[in-house]
Amino acid sequence: MSETNNISKSKTHGLWALTNRELKKWYKAPVVFILTLIQPVLWLGLLGNALNIGGVLSVNSLPQDLMSQFTPTQLAALGTFFKEMMSNIFGTPSYISFMAVGMMAFTALFTTMFSGMSVVWDRRLGFLNKVLSTPVSRAVIILSKVLSATLRSMFQAAVILLIAIPLGFVFGAAFTPLNILGVFAMLFLVCVGLSSLFIAINIRSTRIETPMAVMNLLNLPLTFASSAFFPIDKMPTWLQAVANANPISYTIDGMRQLLIFNSIDYTKLAVDFAFVGIFALILTTIGIVLSWRFLNK
Amino acid sequence: MSEDVIKAEGLTKVFNHNLVAVDHINFSVKRGEIFGFLGPNGAGKTTTINMLITVLKPTEGKASILGYDIAQQNNDVRNTIGVVPQEYTADEDLTGYENILLCADLYGISREISKKRASDLLTLVELTAFKDKKVQTYSGGMRRRLELACGLINRPKVLFLDEPTLGLDVQTRAATWNYVRMLKKEFGMTLFMTTHYLEEADALCDRIAIIDHGKIVVVGTPEELKESLGGDIITLSIKQDVDITHLVKKIERVKEVKKENGMYLIKSESGEVTAPLIIEALRKEGHVVTKLSLTKPTLNEVYLQYTGKSMRDAADESRESTFAQRSMMRRSHM
Repeated sequence: MSETNNISKSKTHGLWALTNRELKKWYKAPVVFILTLIQPVLWLGLLGNALNIGGVLSVNSLPQDLMSQFTPTQLAALGTFFKEMMSNIFGTPSYISFMAVGMMAFTALFTTMFSGMSVVWDRRLGFLNKVLSTPVSRAVIILSKVLSATLRSMFQAAVILLIAIPLGFVFGAAFTPLNILGVFAMLFLVCVGLSSLFIAINIRSTRIETPMAVMNLLNLPLTFASSAFFPIDKMPTWLQAVANANPISYTIDGMRQLLIFNSIDYTKLAVDFAFVGIFALILTTIGIVLSWRFLNK
Repeated sequence: MSEDVIKAEGLTKVFNHNLVAVDHINFSVKRGEIFGFLGPNGAGKTTTINMLITVLKPTEGKASILGYDIAQQNNDVRNTIGVVPQEYTADEDLTGYENILLCADLYGISREISKKRASDLLTLVELTAFKDKKVQTYSGGMRRRLELACGLINRPKVLFLDEPTLGLDVQTRAATWNYVRMLKKEFGMTLFMTTHYLEEADALCDRIAIIDHGKIVVVGTPEELKESLGGDIITLSIKQDVDITHLVKKIERVKEVKKENGMYLIKSESGEVTAPLIIEALRKEGHVVTKLSLTKPTLNEVYLQYTGKSMRDAADESRESTFAQRSMMRRSHM
């Protein structure tokens, strides 16, 4: 074959090719793609309606004989009382809005978790070795995984938001379309951090079982020791401590402020962004350093 | 510059501080040569290849490819070589064409050039008709050819093939051999391959290194290796019941004569030349040869001689486990 490859190479060549390879597995496979869209509908439709806290905390939940003792004016006042209580607990009278935002973060967690697993397949099927024998930068190999997981998570979170609207999602009084940018910036940060974490966990593993076990272990506390489904200040103190260290909580709080709360506490929002940003920065650094060292063994 | 395209000196890989996979090996591969690493699984073949293709860092020693050090100038090495891995690494969810373009992107080849090269390579490996089909619909032979096409996308000067015909049927294996021979002949490419099929090493390689327990036990052309066993075995019997040992020993190239059960076992180089000479010499003395057979040693005997165990046993055993593992992985991937 002819002379050398006279091709000028940037340090990041191959990044989009590798990222797109991951994404194609998803958007080019109609079944997988549709399933990932159906999943949030089921979650919101089933969980959001089954856990109908708004319905539970309403006048209709009162026993019939108790209700008959009240006058219509009193019942209306009681209704407002329950609504106020809901707003006080959840920041919004609509539980499905509260939960939908939790779901957005939860999906980010899940998607990054499973995308992280693809690194094990790449190793087992020999693809990783093949890529390592090409002049692609080692950092690009890892960044492509992070990027594809992040893009996919952000897309799925957007779908949840869109689906939640016909299911009764109520935007807060402080919402402006510009807030959407903030929401996705938040999601971007947390996804980058989480996928770096999961890639670092997975990259040394040749067995799929080990990372599965680790992730199942992480999944539960990350989801439930957060404000995804229930507000933190109603948790027992020890759980509050865990939830307050959980980056998912900050992500969710930031997104709720931007989407469903009636007023934005800018100091808290800044803390949310700072926490998630630092989390992403630290984990990405650790993830890249660990993976880099491993890939250069 | 030297004609050594690949040069390894004291190349060593130790895993986890105690598992010596490759143990101070030295060898060189000349330009335009097909060089084979022969040995059972676990002998250190793949570890050696992984060091040469810059996937693993050597623990000790060094190696260079076209003068580029595999540890210090790994990016130059990567640009120079092509790799056809043992596994089917093409992405099953993508088409053959998309897979080749993906490989091209990994080398930073512009889309304009890679499209042209991809269609040339698809023609070369006879996959043009299937280029837009997903790889999951490909047969084993087609996948192998696709791997080959991917390995050639950067127009490498040295091509590494790790177990190129593992698990292929006889026809596909023969077809693969033809591709390998063509690459050498048409493009003057230097090829480094590993195999645990003796007949493959014999049929394809210009030179072979037998590797066992991480060490190279012997290097040479297939012919040299077979000759090193002391040559062919000529078995003959004669009509008369007299000892002809001393007569045969005088004949040129005869190395050893043994009499067993009335048959003479004669070890000789180039048996096909020696046999007529023996018949002629015996006839002159009035002896009549009644039976004669000639056995050429195979690499199996060579392997047995140098490693003390039969190649086939070792290879079959490890191959079965590799297959079981692989099919399991496929299933759980679904």
